[in-house]
Amino acid sequence: MLNIKNLHVKLEEEDKVILKGVDLNIGAGEVHAIMGPNGSGKSTLSYVLAGRDGYEVTDGSASLDGVDLLDMDPEDRAAAGLFLAFQYPVEIPGVGNMTFLRTAANAQRKARGEEELSAAAFLKLVRAKAASLQIDAEMLKRPVNVGFSGGEKKRNEILQMAVLEPKMCILDETDSGLDVDAMKLVAEGVNALRSAGRSFLIITHYQRLLDHIKPDFVHIMADGKIIKTDGPDLALEVENNGYADLLAEVA
Amino acid sequence: MALPAHKIDGAAALLARYSAPDAPKWLANARKDAAQRLATMGAPHARDEYWRYTPPASLLGDVADVAQLDDKALFDAGDAHELVFVDGIFDAAQSTLRDDDALQIQTLNDASADIHWAADLFGALESAGQNPVPRPLAALNTARAGQGVLIRVSGAARPVVLRHKRRAANAEAMLHHVIKLDAGASLTLLEDGAAAARLNAVIEVDIADRAMFDHVRNQGRDHGRQLATHIFARLGTESRFKSFTLSLNGKLTRNEAVITLTGDNASAHIAGAAVGDGDFLHDDTIFITHDAEHCESRQVFKKVLRNGANGVFQGKILVKPGAQKTDGYQISQGLLLDDDSNFLAKPELEIYADDVVCSHGSTCGSVDDTALFYLTSRGVPRAEAQDLLVLAFLDEAIAEIGDDVLADRLRERLGGWLERHRG
Repeated sequence: MLNIKNLHVKLEEEDKVILKGVDLNIGAGEVHAIMGPNGSGKSTLSYVLAGRDGYEVTDGSASLDGVDLLDMDPEDRAAAGLFLAFQYPVEIPGVGNMTFLRTAANAQRKARGEEELSAAAFLKLVRAKAASLQIDAEMLKRPVNVGFSGGEKKRNEILQMAVLEPKMCILDETDSGLDVDAMKLVAEGVNALRSAGRSFLIITHYQRLLDHIKPDFVHIMADGKIIKTDGPDLALEVENNGYADLLAEVA
Repeated sequence: MALPAHKIDGAAALLARYSAPDAPKWLANARKDAAQRLATMGAPHARDEYWRYTPPASLLGDVADVAQLDDKALFDAGDAHELVFVDGIFDAAQSTLRDDDALQIQTLNDASADIHWAADLFGALESAGQNPVPRPLAALNTARAGQGVLIRVSGAARPVVLRHKRRAANAEAMLHHVIKLDAGASLTLLEDGAAAARLNAVIEVDIADRAMFDHVRNQGRDHGRQLATHIFARLGTESRFKSFTLSLNGKLTRNEAVITLTGDNASAHIAGAAVGDGDFLHDDTIFITHDAEHCESRQVFKKVLRNGANGVFQGKILVKPGAQKTDGYQISQGLLLDDDSNFLAKPELEIYADDVVCSHGSTCGSVDDTALFYLTSRGVPRAEAQDLLVLAFLDEAIAEIGDDVLADRLRERLGGWLERHRG
């Protein structure tokens, strides 16, 4: 599904290299987690994959189902099936949540040559998905993320994911700022979306999210590279011992 | 201080260029007084503090420049009174006046000799609004305008639509409207279209206790036009004034408003959305005076500027001694779609009461990259995402329109403009 080879990335504005050769292959239906200390390049990886400005790929490649992602505009990556759940979902005053969702869903459908959904059909679809995430009609009416609590913002991200039905979902520290109940709700939302044709890359600092969303693989990222890959137990190891041992191992 | 000779000569030239039409005595007198006012204050000049950001020269030249004819209406007349002006001249044949016990209308060009309420009001609010800042083009208008409407409202009237149509590409028009709302009366006034290639318009509106005045104005979208407009409003106790102006394109637009809250618990909202591309200059110059207790005022002005377009905002809130519990709000924002455009803002607060809340803000910036990325990352094409964000930026102003249907119509027109001005 997602194939990242020897990805090197620096900041466009300054001479700072952030990713120094990331290799990562995620198969269809798999759930991968990336953990790592602050500043290791986890969020940069997610932004580069989603197409945010400000980064320069100096080497390597990233493709989704064999299609080169790095040459595409963000909207085309989205239409191709990539989705990034933001660590800090953006507040957009003046744009209604529902309008935003419908515009996005229909733009993707149009880009894929599919028919756009009618307002009524779309409303029905969203209501059903929103209910399971405990997102009420009021939240759908409000401007995108404006005045939402931390938990509401994250649930709204998962709602977007549920509505847009991407095949490759990247979750950037979706657990940050969530209390235990909110995290459970978000994890349930994610688990409900798991399927043979849909893969997940979960970026997190803490093992606790992985109690709720069981990964197939756990990767440790440090200084712009993936330094270790193993099964779910690796996350437990990090939780118990921190990163120091792992970093020493590869040094 | 004596006026510089060029200002005196300028005023004389303006008065000489336009002639005062024949009129009943009260009107002729009011015009004479206004001509005297103009002679005393002089013509506007680029060196005047109030004209620093908007050079008045093109408003004062001998002939109007050509502006494309574009009469595309924004408002339906529905069951409203509809008064049609063609190049600023009232056209009775195209107009429709309906049965309405709550309202009397006369046109200025055939104002009667005994319309006492209008005689008391015509030029009065304009004259009062000349202090502390002179507004010479408004005085010129009172002195010379031969067209306009005189409306007296005594109850809940049907809306009035002033429909402006254009025939000659370089027509010049001067319109003067006087509106009096009696206690408890209400009126919605819709103005649709640019009226002429060059327009000088004045509205004087006197809003008695508990009366409500709603005003929505579409200034058209033809680019070459030059508009100088003034609204003078006086608000009584518990009365309400609401005015919104939409401007698309226009190489010079100067919209002034002078609003005075004279009775307790009155409320004045004035807002505007302007979008311009290239050779565009749009200026909102607002002066709100709080002269009573517990009054509220709101100024919300947003401008979207691209390809070197210029936006100007000069807004003042004056709170007079004793105007306690005033709640004043003012926001002016420019959204620059490129590095060539300019937004100049001069917000002013002058407060002589000690128990008031007045807030003001002015910002100037570009489209938020983070928001743009967020939208595109969800699959919204960049151009469409930008349009969404621009409309969102304008929405605080548009939301000031009380009528949702009307507001949606405006959003649609703005959306169309944005779509045509991409890239």
